[in-house]
Amino acid sequence: MQDKKITTGPAGYMPNPAVFMGVELPPEGKALLYGEIVDEEVAMREAAKAMLTRKNPTIFPGPQVLWNWKDDVAEKAQAILELASEIPNCRIIPMPDYRPKYPKIDPEAEINPNHPNLTILHNKIEACIFVGVHCHYANLSLRMIRAGTNCFTIALCAFMGHEEAMASLRDVHADDIRRFKDVLVQVRNELGIEWTPKPPPRNPSLPKEEWEALNPYEYGEYMHLIIPRRGEENVTETE
Amino acid sequence: MPEQKVVDIDYLLLEAPRERKFITGAQAMAEAVKRANVDMAIAYPITPQSEVMHLVGDLYAQGYLKDYYRAEEEYGTMSAIAGASRAGVRVFTATSGPGLLRGIEAIASWPGHRVPAVLGVLTRVVNAPLSIQPDNIELAYLLHSGIILLHAENQQDVFDMTLAAFAISEMVDVYIPVAVATEGFFVTHAKGYVNMTPEDMKLPPRDPYKAPVPVTDCEVPPARIQRDAPVQKSNFMSYLIHAVWQQEVWASNMRAMKYIYKYLGGPIEVVNPDADVFVVASGCAAAQGREAVRYAQQEGLNVGLVKIKSIRPFPAKEVREALKNAKAAIIPEHNIEGWLSKEVKAAIPNSGIVTDGPRVYGGMTLPVELIMEEIYKSLGIKKEKKVVI
Repeated sequence: MQDKKITTGPAGYMPNPAVFMGVELPPEGKALLYGEIVDEEVAMREAAKAMLTRKNPTIFPGPQVLWNWKDDVAEKAQAILELASEIPNCRIIPMPDYRPKYPKIDPEAEINPNHPNLTILHNKIEACIFVGVHCHYANLSLRMIRAGTNCFTIALCAFMGHEEAMASLRDVHADDIRRFKDVLVQVRNELGIEWTPKPPPRNPSLPKEEWEALNPYEYGEYMHLIIPRRGEENVTETE
Repeated sequence: MPEQKVVDIDYLLLEAPRERKFITGAQAMAEAVKRANVDMAIAYPITPQSEVMHLVGDLYAQGYLKDYYRAEEEYGTMSAIAGASRAGVRVFTATSGPGLLRGIEAIASWPGHRVPAVLGVLTRVVNAPLSIQPDNIELAYLLHSGIILLHAENQQDVFDMTLAAFAISEMVDVYIPVAVATEGFFVTHAKGYVNMTPEDMKLPPRDPYKAPVPVTDCEVPPARIQRDAPVQKSNFMSYLIHAVWQQEVWASNMRAMKYIYKYLGGPIEVVNPDADVFVVASGCAAAQGREAVRYAQQEGLNVGLVKIKSIRPFPAKEVREALKNAKAAIIPEHNIEGWLSKEVKAAIPNSGIVTDGPRVYGGMTLPVELIMEEIYKSLGIKKEKKVVI
């Protein structure tokens, strides 16, 4: 590869979007690797190598594969689990939705597009896969991760791919994920990494939300909504 | 209403047979809406924008649209357009001059909300003083909103750009609104020949799940999602999210360029690419520029035209290439600000070749002779002015 436009970060305080740097999405049947259009196989091999050799490889599944909302989703989710089981010490940390987290995120339990770097840095993740995240939020997250971390990002996109990822595949469905898994196993064997496939560890789910036990100060500037300020009254009825 | 069959986007825009009609610019816009499988239109027809939204109301009455209503004013119109679009339907509205400015806070939020709406802008003077004549100063206010902005020269452009706008705005890698602008009266009220696709063919319906964002803020599959959370809860986010979000809007704007090439033949049109002097223009100023080029060529002068069809994304690379050997670039405009002139000067390394003008505004027409005067000046040709009594 002659010119790596998009490399692992940290890219700096204010990242320059890949599109502004002239990176274009690949046509059908092609992929992106470091911002250049390449054959899918080439991108898959480099992505596999990153997930096999960098620290704390992690898969971030988004809402589109976490919720069984249309016919092909369960199959795709199953393929992701099969892929995860082939990556030594791989973890799965979901991006279940896109809301900022109150009062703060549990970075071991989830990742969030408003501050994805917190999960990456807390877990010292150096290689990750985005799959099933809506493209807008994936692009925001991938750019912020490139800005502030040294994580190698991989996007398995159901649509057209992501310029911000170091490796990006497009039109990815269950069969394509299994094809990627096969390439990964092949690269793993070439690298001489021994691994018996096993499911990733269970995700430490978020503690049960006990709203009555929540400290009012945890509401920050919105505290007055539950504790009226002097001279204010809580609205209990509406007309 | 004839039975309409859904056809492929590429077929309708690029291959379908065309029938020639002699219609106004307003009719051309409505005819494009007729073929675009639009679900809903919302109107607040400011005086006297054009008859676009009246004609679209007729389309509703004939059964082409599922819903149509008159909003209370422009802010309400543009906000309702955002709501309807985010609920997953294909929407259209049109406005003009002061109406555009009244709705612009809502319009400026569309790209960030990833609203793939189509907006007709039929330009009119911005008050004060009050006037209802054409002047495209209002487009200057749209340039920094993130919206894709196409500028139509004539009735044919209005039809082609409006139909293509629906396709471009809903591409997954774009998914921001497209405004199709043209000059009020000069184009909207005047007739021209328009080659139109068959009336019984329409675009495929919008697929709201083929999108870079979830459809709505509601708790619907595939997630319990609030799309604009950072806007509302800024103390729980990093400032960087807002920065990269803005970047994403403009990245999406830039991604539209490949579709402008595909469906509109590119963001610029160049006539006589080896010319010494170019008229660079958009909208109906390009029509006058085209006529000036014809006059000049009749006089044996080596003059060309660069017509800019896409104002956003701005075709800086293409303009740079077209003007790389030019000795002069004359930029006629229908506004006092000269927003196109500024864009061109910022895009080329040899900005000293640019002549700022001629400009007309306040509803004044742009005589070809004004452009010719600048052509003569740039070529060092002295013409005597004769006063006819």
